[in-house]
Order: sequence, then structure tokens, then C-alpha cells
Amino acid sequence: MRKFLLSLLAPVIALIFAFAVASLALLATGNDPLEAYSLMWSFGTTTTSIASMVNRAIPLYISAVAVAIGFQMGLFNIGVEGQYLLAAMFAGWVGGNIVVWAPLHITIILLVAIVVGALWAGIAGILKTARGVSEVISTIMLNFIAFSVIAYLLFNYFRDDPQALNLRTPVLPESGLMPNLNFLFTFFGFTEPRGTEMEGFLIVAIAVGVFYYLLVDRTRFGFELRSSGMNPGSALMAGVNPNRMINATMLISGGIAGLVGLSTLMGNLGAYTQDFPRQLGFTGIAVALLGRNNVIGMALGALLFGFLDRSALILDLNDIPKEVVQIMQGVIVLAVVIAYEVVNRWLARREIKAAAKATKEMEEEPEAMAA
Amino acid sequence: MTDRVLAVEMTDITKSFPGVLANEDVDLSVAEGEIHAVIGENGAGKSTLMKILYGMQAPDEGTIKVHGSEVHFRSPKDAIDAEVGMVHQHFMLADNLTVLENIVLGAEPHSGIQLDFSQARVRIKELGETYGLGVDPDALVETLTVGSRQRVEILKVLYRGAKILILDEPTSVLVPQEVDELFSNLKEIKKEGETVIFISHKLDEVLTVADIITVMRDGRTVATVHPEDVDTKQLAELMVGSELPTPETTESTVTDVVELSVAGLNAENEYGRAVLTDISFEIHRGEIVGIAGVEGNGQAELIDAIMGIHPLTAGSISYGGNSIDDWSTKQRRNAGIGIIPADRHRQGLLLYSPLWENAMLGHQTTEPFASGPWINRSGARKRTAEIIDRFDVKTPGPDVLAAALSGGNQQKLVVGREMSADPTTLIAAHPTRGIDVGAQAAIWDELRDARAAGLGVLLVSADLDELIGLSDTLLVMYGGEIVAALDPQEVTPEVLGGYMTGLGEAAAS
Repeated sequence: MRKFLLSLLAPVIALIFAFAVASLALLATGNDPLEAYSLMWSFGTTTTSIASMVNRAIPLYISAVAVAIGFQMGLFNIGVEGQYLLAAMFAGWVGGNIVVWAPLHITIILLVAIVVGALWAGIAGILKTARGVSEVISTIMLNFIAFSVIAYLLFNYFRDDPQALNLRTPVLPESGLMPNLNFLFTFFGFTEPRGTEMEGFLIVAIAVGVFYYLLVDRTRFGFELRSSGMNPGSALMAGVNPNRMINATMLISGGIAGLVGLSTLMGNLGAYTQDFPRQLGFTGIAVALLGRNNVIGMALGALLFGFLDRSALILDLNDIPKEVVQIMQGVIVLAVVIAYEVVNRWLARREIKAAAKATKEMEEEPEAMAA
Repeated sequence: MTDRVLAVEMTDITKSFPGVLANEDVDLSVAEGEIHAVIGENGAGKSTLMKILYGMQAPDEGTIKVHGSEVHFRSPKDAIDAEVGMVHQHFMLADNLTVLENIVLGAEPHSGIQLDFSQARVRIKELGETYGLGVDPDALVETLTVGSRQRVEILKVLYRGAKILILDEPTSVLVPQEVDELFSNLKEIKKEGETVIFISHKLDEVLTVADIITVMRDGRTVATVHPEDVDTKQLAELMVGSELPTPETTESTVTDVVELSVAGLNAENEYGRAVLTDISFEIHRGEIVGIAGVEGNGQAELIDAIMGIHPLTAGSISYGGNSIDDWSTKQRRNAGIGIIPADRHRQGLLLYSPLWENAMLGHQTTEPFASGPWINRSGARKRTAEIIDRFDVKTPGPDVLAAALSGGNQQKLVVGREMSADPTTLIAAHPTRGIDVGAQAAIWDELRDARAAGLGVLLVSADLDELIGLSDTLLVMYGGEIVAALDPQEVTPEVLGGYMTGLGEAAAS
């Protein structure tokens, strides 16, 4: 319990700091921070807003998990952006061109996305293991290539109607869409969200979280992954093949990244369009940092970002600049990274001192008995 | 040496890291205008001491005086301002810049806001002539030889006005001719009145170039000697220490069954220089084969080659009668080759993970640590508790971070991890280095018992008493070759020291 409370210390400090900075920004622009926050809170906690918050959090969470898998092994996959967009377009095209039994249809779409994301990220893995190219560079470059490939394929091959102005893949038939979860609200006695459908893809996001936890914390593979990330020398001596781990990590990270766009694809859009949501890959990095690669921490971080994005909408209606929310998000990430570093160092020192004291007592005991 | 004006005076320096006491009450006095060598084994505390002097680390206790006045360096910049400069073991040069640009980097000359290289070029030429460090200021660094790069590093330090130069293991990257050049450069530098502090563990070099030698062992300064008063054997004894309890094996348990056989191994380092040449030996069941040698003579590469980490250019390794050349490190480990690595922090432990995770490192795919693809947490904790118990690891429990343990207890955990996996062959590199006498005796007992039960051991050590006392067969490595095979029953540390320094039997008599 005590340990749990201590683990909350850093994020709480960071949140307070972020709110303080945002308040200053509000004051500087002549607004009352308390008024802004109470507006955000009352608007943000309606069931419609909660459904919207969850919808925003789903892709951020999956994106964060994809980044976190790389972090665990000391790899920085900045290419989630390109991986998920490319995967979503292929998944939309394949899914839009077939009509099969719904569970099979959904499975096919998920698999296409996973495979495309994994292969695209896998290029960076091979470049690193075969040629020593830093994955930071190659994944950034692969993002740009992915954007061009998408534009080319969508314009020439994947669009459903050559006459239409808005480029998009064929719309998914009913069997390829995820059912929404609005019944959950009425089931638990809340009012049903209006105009927003809480996306059924939430189930996949939860499954991704469980997969991530089990893989990293509970399997041999995850142990080897973390060992390589923490101490490559020790891992090498322990028989962990670094090149294989790099390739495997990039494939898994990319596979998960492939799922990022699917909540939108199989939810409210139903097709890969020219204005498909972007930036989720980069915001995912922030969420992974915010949640410190922890399965629950990243979920809370994604929900927090979702809440802030959603509740910011009310600010504009009241003539308060909603950019203050972006300031808050930025400061939260920075403050969390710093606060964690400070708090963790302090905790590690504490534990080392406590253990040193305990061992010292143990070592002195036999002598004391002899005397 | 009556009139020693002190350039550097370090008194009672103590510095500890989690689990390690790197420096304990260290004293070092360096007179102006002398070449002062600091020698000791890896891990003896030389580098820590120099990092403290160069402001990279702050001492826990102790005082530092430079040119007679007390200083408190908070960064290398403070040290440079006090005319202390350091040439690192690994060069810190930008390959795609010229010599001139590298030298001025961080202290760019300018008139107004414009860079002004002409002055710097003149200055570098002057410095080069004064100290005999001839390097073309306009050559690209990537075109230079290793020796020239080192001269650039030295010039860089002199350019910043250093009067006290620290050189950290400067010869480790050089070929013999380059070493000779470096030494003549150092003598030039000395002639100009500057002070040189020279870190090394190569005894013959130290005796050639140094005016005075300070020996470190286990984080302490154990002696300060003049080269004309000692020889390599005496220095080796000072470095290794010989007051430790003597390990002794009882009657031989060597059998005829070959466990591990190494034939004609050759290997190169990343620069293509030979680090292993025609290494061949056999380890039988129940035999301890000792490898003696000053560190850096191929022992690390030999161990890595046996573990499947360092690639071979020729030769073959077989284990239990089968060639294992195509086996991965993991296959070798799972087949029963245990390893106690030379550097437990870099190769043996995950310092910021709990003990139970450390206990499974290297055995993560075998019982009781794994069941199928999963980690068996309770099995791992139980085995860790057994290791803690059997090997007397002092810890509050298996969930403590490895960093929280003292060095000796960390080592006992590593030894316990390997021994409790019941290996058939054990590669033990410096199994008792840096740990207290009690733990040392316990590890020797374990090795002896396992040997009696049929374990084959390759023991690489710098502790000559340990080698002589435990080994059934004793091999000496020098310059990547096995230069002697000796009978540990008859050999003395003096004879061994002769071979270890490459002088052969002549020096021993």
C-alpha cells in the first residue's frame, strides 16, 4: 500500500505543476482559471463526453503500448505514425473488398493491419541489425516514405470511386464494423451518450494491454527483452541474441502500431480517407512517457489526454483559448518525466540504504553472538 | 628528488558507489615535471581516482590540492581552468572534422563573432614543434592512424593550457612502435616542465617511462616506488597482493574424459588486429585449468570465444565430444557451460532488478525459472532463496535490488547462480576479485567441491596464489598466445611473473 502511494507521488506532483503553469497561462490571457476548470469538469463528465474521451484514448493507448515495447528494449520506434496509417489503409482496402461472416471479417482486418504494421517496422529492424542504422533515423524516414506510398496507392489503386473528390478506400460493409458499447451506459444506469458511440474497439485495446503486460512481465521473451534494454552486456552473456531481440521487438511494436487506426476505421469512419486522423503515433510517445511504460499508467495517461482533448471543446464556446489544454498536455509530459526521474532516484537510494542497513545488521549478528 | 614541488596532492580520497567502495583513503602526491604512473588491476580504483582529479566525479571524502591550493572541481571545465587535462582511453574526436577543428572544438578562437582559425593554426604548429607532436592541422581525423589520433588528443589538452596531463591507459590501443613514439612524446612533454600522470596495468611499460610509480589495489594505494628499485615481478606482487589466504586443492581428481577442447583458436579485434593466436588446450572432467596473464593479453576474448560471443577467424571448440562452433550462446549455456564473468556489473547482473530476476539471468529458459514460454515466478523466488541460503548471500530477501548488495554478496549470488545450475564446465573469470576474505574462501571451497564431483573449470585470474593453489594445469597467456604450460605444484609466483611479462624463463631465474 505504502509502495503504491509512493508510486503515485511523481504523477501527482507533475499534474499539480502542469495545472499551475496552465493557470498562469489563463491568468496571463485575462481568464479565470477556476472558471475554466469547472467548465471543463462539468462538460467533460457527461456520459457523451466520457464516451468521446474513451474513443480518443483507445488509439492513444495502443500507440503508447507500441512505443513502450520498444522502450523496454532500449529501442525508440518513432515510426508508429507511418506504421499505423499504412496498416489502416491496407486493412480498410482489404476489409472493404470482402463480405464474410462478421467475426471472420473483423479478424481478417485486424490481421492485415498487424502484418502491414509489423513488416513496415521490420524494415527498421533489419536496417539496424544488418547495417547498424539507428532505428530513430530509419523510423522517421520510413514515416515520410509511408505518407508518400499511401498517397500514391490511395490515388491510383485503392480508391473506391475514381470520380469522387474525397479519396477513400471502399466503405466497410456492416460485417467489418465493430459494434458500439453504448449499452454499457444504460446497463449501469447512466444516460446513454447522445451523438457519440463508444467504440467497441475498446475491447481490442484492453486485450493489447493484457498482451503487453503478460509478454513483458511474465514471459521468458519479455525477460530477455528487458534484460537487453537494461544491460546489453549481461544479456549477451546470458545467451540473449541482441539482433534477434531487435528484430522481434520491432515486429511486435509495429504489429501493435498497426492496430492504432482501426478503432476509427472500424468505428465512425468505416473507410480509410484522406483526412484520416494523424499524429496519434507521436502523441503515443508522450503517453508512453507519461505512463512510464506501465500497462495501467499508460491507460490513465491516454484517458487523461482524451479527457483534456474532449473537455477543451467547451473552452472555445466560452471564449477561453483552448490552446491552454495543449500547454497543459506538454507540461504534464515534461513534468512527469522530470518528476519520475527525481522521485525514482530518491526511492532507489532509499531502498539501497535500507537494504545495506539490513545486511549490515545481518553481518554483525554472528559476531555479536560470538562476543 | 629532494625538492619535490607538488603539482597534485590528493589526500584521504574516499568514493563509494552502490555496492562498491571504489576508493578508500587514497593518497597520491605527484611532483611537478615528473611522469607519475598509477598502476593496478582493473577495478583497483585507478580510473575512479583520475575521474575525481579531472572533476568528472566528486569524492565522498578527502581533499585535492593542485599546485598547492585546495580545489573543489565540479566539472572537467573547473579542472581545465586549473590546468589539469585528461586524455581518455577511448578517443573523443569527430572523424569528419580536421585536426585543427577537433583541437579547438569547445574553445573556438574568434575575433568578434567570426571564427578565427589562423591564430589557432599557428599555435598548434608551435605546440607540435615544442613537444614533438607533429600532426598536420588540416588533415581529416578519419585519415589518421591510431597513434596520430592520440597525439591529437594530447595536443587538444595542451592547447587548453594543461600543465598536468592525465593519460588513461594510453597504450592499450597502440601497437609497439606507436608505444615507443608515445613514450618519447611524453619525455618531451616532461622536458618542457609539464606533469604527466600515466595510468596503466602493463608493468614493463611503466618501468620504462615512469619516474615514480604508485600502486593501487582494492581501492587503496598500497605502495609508491621508484622504477630503479623494483622489477616487474615485485610490481606484479604489489599489484596482486599476496597476503591472502592460500587456496589449496587436495589430491588430483583429474579424469581422462575431455569436457571442453579448444583447438587452434585465432581471433581478431574490431580493428583487425590479432587478439588470439593458435590457442589450444583441453579441460578434463574434474580438472581446473588456470589461465595466468596480465589483463588485456587475450583472456577476455578467449572467454567470449568459448561463450560464442567473439567470432573466430580459425580454430574449433568442442564440448562433450561435439563441435559447438555453430551453437548460440544460449545453446552453450543450456548444455551446461556456466560462466562467472570478469565484470559482474557489466556482464553478470541487472543492477536495478530484484535478486530473483538476477538469479535467472542466463538460465531464463530452464527449470525452475521457466515453464514453457512463461516465467515461473514462485520457482524463481524459491531457487533464489536456496542460493541465498547455500552461498550465504547477505540480503533481506530475494526481492531486493542487486544494486543494494555489497560487491562480495553480488559475487556470491553470481557464483551461486552458476553453481546451482549444475554445470559440467565452468568458466570462472576472477571469481574472487574485489570481495572479502571470508567470501573468497567460501567460493574456493565451492570450486573445489564441484571439481571433486567432476566439474571442469577454466579459471582466469590475476590472483597468482589463487591460480597456483587451485589449478591442476596452469597456462600463461601473453600477447594473445599461450606462452607456457606449467605445473602448479612446482611453479613459484616469480617464475609465473616472468612468463606473464613476456620475458620468459630468463627473467624468472
